Amino acid sequence: MAAHLSYGRVNLNILREAARKELREFLDKCAGSKAIVWDEYLTGPFGLIAQYSLLKEHEVEKMFTLKSGRLPPADVKNIIFFVRPRLELMDIIADNITSEDRHHSSRDFHILFVPRRSMLCEQRLKEQGVLGSFINIDEYILDLIPYDGDLLSMEYESAFRECYLENDQTSLYHTAKGLMTLQALYGTIPQIYGKGDCARLVANMMLRMKREFAGSQNQILPVFDSLLLLDRNVDLLTPLATQLTYEGLIDEIYGINNGYVKLPPEKFAQKKQGEASKDLPTEPKKLQLNSAEELYAEIRDKNFNAVGAALSKKAKIISAAFEERHNAKTVGEIKQFVSQLPHMQAARSSLANHTSIAELIKDITTSEAFFDNLTVEQEFMTGVDTDKVNTYIEDCIAQKDPLIKILRLVSMQSVCNNGLKHKVLDYYKREILQTYGYEHMLTLNNLEKAGLLKPQTSSRNNYPTIRKTLKLWMEDANEQNPNDISYVYSGYAPLSIRLTQILARPGWRSIEEVLKMLPGPHFEERQQLPSGLHKKRQQGENRTTLVFFLGGVTYAEIAALRFLSQVEDSGMEYVIATTKLINGTTWIKSLMDRPECQAQ
Amino acid sequence: MAFITASWNPLGEAFYSKTELYEMSWTLRDGLRDSLVAAAPYGGPILLREPHRRSPSSRPRLEIYSASGVAIASFPSGPVVHLGWTVCDELLCIQEDGTVLIYDLFGSFKRHFSMQEVVQSQVLEAKVFHSPYGTGIAIVTGSFRFTLATNIDDLKLRRLPEVPLQGKPSCWVVLTQDRQTKVLLSNGPELFILDNTSCTAVCPPGLSPQAGSIVHMSMSFTYKYLALFTDTGHLWMGFSNLQEKLSEVHTKKTTIPKQMVCRRPKSQQPSVALMWDRLLLVVGVCNDTIQYCQDIFKIASMAPGALLLEAHREYESSQKADEYLREIKEQSMLGEAVRQCVEAAGHEYDTNTQKSLMRAASFGKCFLTDFSPDHFVTTCRELRVLNAVRDSAVGLPLTHTLVYRQFYPLAIEICRYLKIPDYQGVSRVLKHWASCKVQQKDLADEAIARAVCVKVGDSPGVSYSDIAAKAYECGRTELAIKLQLLDFEARSGEQVPLLLKMKRSQLALSKAVESGDTDLSVYTVVTYLKNEMNRGDFFMTLRNQPVALSLYRQFCKLQEQETLKDLYNQDDDHQELANYYVTASYREKRLEGRLALLQSAVDEYNKAKNEFAVKATEDEMRLLRFQRKLDDEKGAGLLGLYWWLKLKSLAEKEEWEELEKFSKSKKSPIGYLAFVEVCIKCNNKYEAKKYVSKVTPEQKVKAHLAIDLEGAADAAIERRNDSEMGAVLFRCSASDRLLIDRLNRARATATKK
Repeated sequence: MAAHLSYGRVNLNILREAARKELREFLDKCAGSKAIVWDEYLTGPFGLIAQYSLLKEHEVEKMFTLKSGRLPPADVKNIIFFVRPRLELMDIIADNITSEDRHHSSRDFHILFVPRRSMLCEQRLKEQGVLGSFINIDEYILDLIPYDGDLLSMEYESAFRECYLENDQTSLYHTAKGLMTLQALYGTIPQIYGKGDCARLVANMMLRMKREFAGSQNQILPVFDSLLLLDRNVDLLTPLATQLTYEGLIDEIYGINNGYVKLPPEKFAQKKQGEASKDLPTEPKKLQLNSAEELYAEIRDKNFNAVGAALSKKAKIISAAFEERHNAKTVGEIKQFVSQLPHMQAARSSLANHTSIAELIKDITTSEAFFDNLTVEQEFMTGVDTDKVNTYIEDCIAQKDPLIKILRLVSMQSVCNNGLKHKVLDYYKREILQTYGYEHMLTLNNLEKAGLLKPQTSSRNNYPTIRKTLKLWMEDANEQNPNDISYVYSGYAPLSIRLTQILARPGWRSIEEVLKMLPGPHFEERQQLPSGLHKKRQQGENRTTLVFFLGGVTYAEIAALRFLSQVEDSGMEYVIATTKLINGTTWIKSLMDRPECQAQ
Repeated sequence: MAFITASWNPLGEAFYSKTELYEMSWTLRDGLRDSLVAAAPYGGPILLREPHRRSPSSRPRLEIYSASGVAIASFPSGPVVHLGWTVCDELLCIQEDGTVLIYDLFGSFKRHFSMQEVVQSQVLEAKVFHSPYGTGIAIVTGSFRFTLATNIDDLKLRRLPEVPLQGKPSCWVVLTQDRQTKVLLSNGPELFILDNTSCTAVCPPGLSPQAGSIVHMSMSFTYKYLALFTDTGHLWMGFSNLQEKLSEVHTKKTTIPKQMVCRRPKSQQPSVALMWDRLLLVVGVCNDTIQYCQDIFKIASMAPGALLLEAHREYESSQKADEYLREIKEQSMLGEAVRQCVEAAGHEYDTNTQKSLMRAASFGKCFLTDFSPDHFVTTCRELRVLNAVRDSAVGLPLTHTLVYRQFYPLAIEICRYLKIPDYQGVSRVLKHWASCKVQQKDLADEAIARAVCVKVGDSPGVSYSDIAAKAYECGRTELAIKLQLLDFEARSGEQVPLLLKMKRSQLALSKAVESGDTDLSVYTVVTYLKNEMNRGDFFMTLRNQPVALSLYRQFCKLQEQETLKDLYNQDDDHQELANYYVTASYREKRLEGRLALLQSAVDEYNKAKNEFAVKATEDEMRLLRFQRKLDDEKGAGLLGLYWWLKLKSLAEKEEWEELEKFSKSKKSPIGYLAFVEVCIKCNNKYEAKKYVSKVTPEQKVKAHLAIDLEGAADAAIERRNDSEMGAVLFRCSASDRLLIDRLNRARATATKK
């Protein structure tokens, strides 16, 4: 079921199994039939850990979404609330319980807090007079969720906002805890590198927690050689750029959520022979995207311009395989052919799906609007006219293009110019408020706080230096047969990944100057290993680094890291962890303020 | 010399032997006959209460002895019903009125609590039990009501429901099942399970009907097995969930045993030991019994281990060794034999026997090529230590509890020798040592802090918080703070509650922030401080901790908007204050209110020198005022929307009378053409006509057009409007000849003028 998690360098299925075990144990604690009331946000992340079948095996008969009022009728012994520790959710739960008919119901109530229980929430339940109604109040520690064979995500959407806007370090605490769990399963990570304020805090917490458990440290041979903690605000530029890998574009255009994407149904209509496809499906087509699907694993990280060729090559291989049947003469040959059929049919349907998706994306990437937008992005990244008001942005505002698109572009210009001149910034802001409404005042404010928009101070624009030293722009990016990570953005090499690459070789000492220009401290810590656990490396054996992006990572950055893992002489393999998978749109959205009642 | 194996008696597949651990060194005047006795688990100390004397004036004394009978302490007590020990060697005295007194191992009083919220009646009987939750107490009162506390360190009294009893329960036990603590009790022939909510009659499966009433019961230490003894001498043994019987034996004893113990030795089958005045009986699941009043069974074992032992003995004296060895080897059981010998040595109390067994094992080992020595070595080590501890001068059959008796150096040496990981061994000992050290009243704070610091240092897993808590308990607040300030404590979170208790709020807050655990620490501390301090001090305290302050702000954003404003005000954070007003303005429905809030925002933006925001906000205010003016003039806006909605819904429900009333209720802000059109849409020309007359002159033609052409033509001609006439003409078809002519004529005259 989750075999793809065990194919990578590090078997992440261990983590998933540990999480499943804990879930089963909790469910068994509540003996008898049960109904789960879900905090809707959690269903996605939980889907990565356990399907409904697991719940069903443990007598979960009904599932509801948490909402005010009376609980739907269910003939079960236990009602279990799966919730994040948030006060507003406590009020809903309290409402559920007080509306329950006390005399007729002998149902047991339980709460499972994910990822941690909270005194504040329990206090709230007490104030509402329902705390005593719960038989079990427990926590389900779900920090790092295995997302794919080389990818872990906390699926913690608000992490960036909390850290950089609200100065709330809760997500960092969970991160540190998650890394401790990981070390308990995969051994102590001997070396920790980091860049950024949050990275420093997480490392401090980890070292402190290690002291807490000192002595009880596990005797597992370390799987990871090093950990790199990177703050998202060290590299604000990358997520703003439009991702140009296949997976990145799917995310940019349709949005990948907890590993699933919803696509327009028209292209996926089942065409049965002899039957006119009169009624087109109206429900969006939902597809799971991960490395379990062979073809997807092959093309996800390619630049979109190389996907077409890959698909047609695959098509030829598959049809050739089907042609084989004509050559099958003997019973044995036919039998062998038939035994391969299911696999071939799966490959064919996977091919059909991805051809459809590629067609959908192509319609967009070949449009003029897409091209114009990309041109402006690339101008900014190469430092062309970043200090003036950009006419393309002006036009987009005039045409009332989606606000997030505008904010992405303006932020990008600001980042690539190390801030905008007062006049320019004010002009953009005024245009935005006048076109999209005054209520976006607070959003602009937030972007300034996060450093995405900023007025230029007297200091020099240091972006060109950073760009040149780190080789962020590569003129001759090869999209078909890449030789550098810059292929993921057709020219732009993501800053975060350059830092990772340089750390591996030749080391950060070579770029001290640039590191000082980027926000936050950079550091290195060593964790003592118990004697006897020092790895004896085989000749030619690769080292494994866990790269943790605090505040989110894009699919294109992941593609770039996978590319580095595959480069023959890199000597390094990467496993990626993050608070949340993001793209420019979801990221900017998380920073927007929406007053409860919109004006107009 | 007899076979050593001979003194072990078989019981099914298991073997038992009876050993006197210590020759008790105590001298008791009256024997144990009428005293209350409580022995602590794992070979801990033994507690005695002297029998009641006739004279009520003299209070009985309690005496504590080590397992070998060395007196440890003695002190007077009240009317005790039951005595027991907690898991950490604290003494519990349960008195008749339900008061429970807690003493430490050395007889000094620690604290007390009551098992009855209101003293209702005398405690008849009490039991101390141990579970994963800690040490618990159960009592039954004179009115036959049971009350439970599952953990005396976190006292929650649970009064169990009433039981339909005929007099006093004949016997009862506490059991823990499915994380619930229940009482199993018998009353005459009946057996009940009593839990939080109900009392259920149960029946042990397979108990012979002629067995009679249950008069004694015993639960195994893990609550897995249960033994029941009936007045006819039947002994039933089975699982405590009463689902399955393991065995039933007729002991032919009709007197109630003085003691009955049900247990399952390591990796063996469960068994029950019963004690009468002069008889000790061991019963296993195989329905066998062993009686220890006399030695009956003396069977030499032929297990490989036993053979190996004999082989070795022969090797030392004669040549028969070879014979024994060959026999073992033929069964290719030598490995097993060595293992058995080592294991047996581990279970043996007599040092000489241990030696012979280990020698035999080492002898057998020589004939094996690939036998791992680990087990052998560990056992050797353990035995050496155990023997040292069992020495009657120390009087302890087991290791861990050493620390409770304050034999620290020995304990540490043992831990090191046994290679117990630090966090389980040395650190624990050090913690106890330090906790004891801080209670030494004759030493100065400084000296103690230094001593603790030197000895404990940053040993992993030693909780300075616990040590400090001890110091605070003994009234040494200053010392406690000194200890907290040493930056050795890794779990900053754990220091917080104590620091709060000691009213060191600043320190508590900074430790809480350090831990990073936002909820458990920061919110806990912040909410605590909020209630404890006046507002000004509270804000000042927060100000020094930016992280705590931001968390509190987040909390206020959700819960207490007004406080949020105060917070910004105090910090002179004009930018945020302005943003606060902007946010608030969106919640305000009335225009005046909204404008006022925006004006406040402008003032604050001004103070923050944010010119752009000032201007943008002023523009917004101007825009709002302008919109309002437009609304007033055109009468559109919300009111219009309301009329539209009402009109449509009434028409759709075909409530025509209501609609007419509504149309007359006020002058319609949306005019009356809308009424006409909506009626037509609902296919009601008749109703539509009612509103035509009310339509403004400019809309007359349009309104008529919706109903009939003729009316429209009349209206258009009357208004002499060329374009309107044109519009009507456009709608005419060939059959409307007359109408077309009329209109054309009217048009011609109109244009002429």
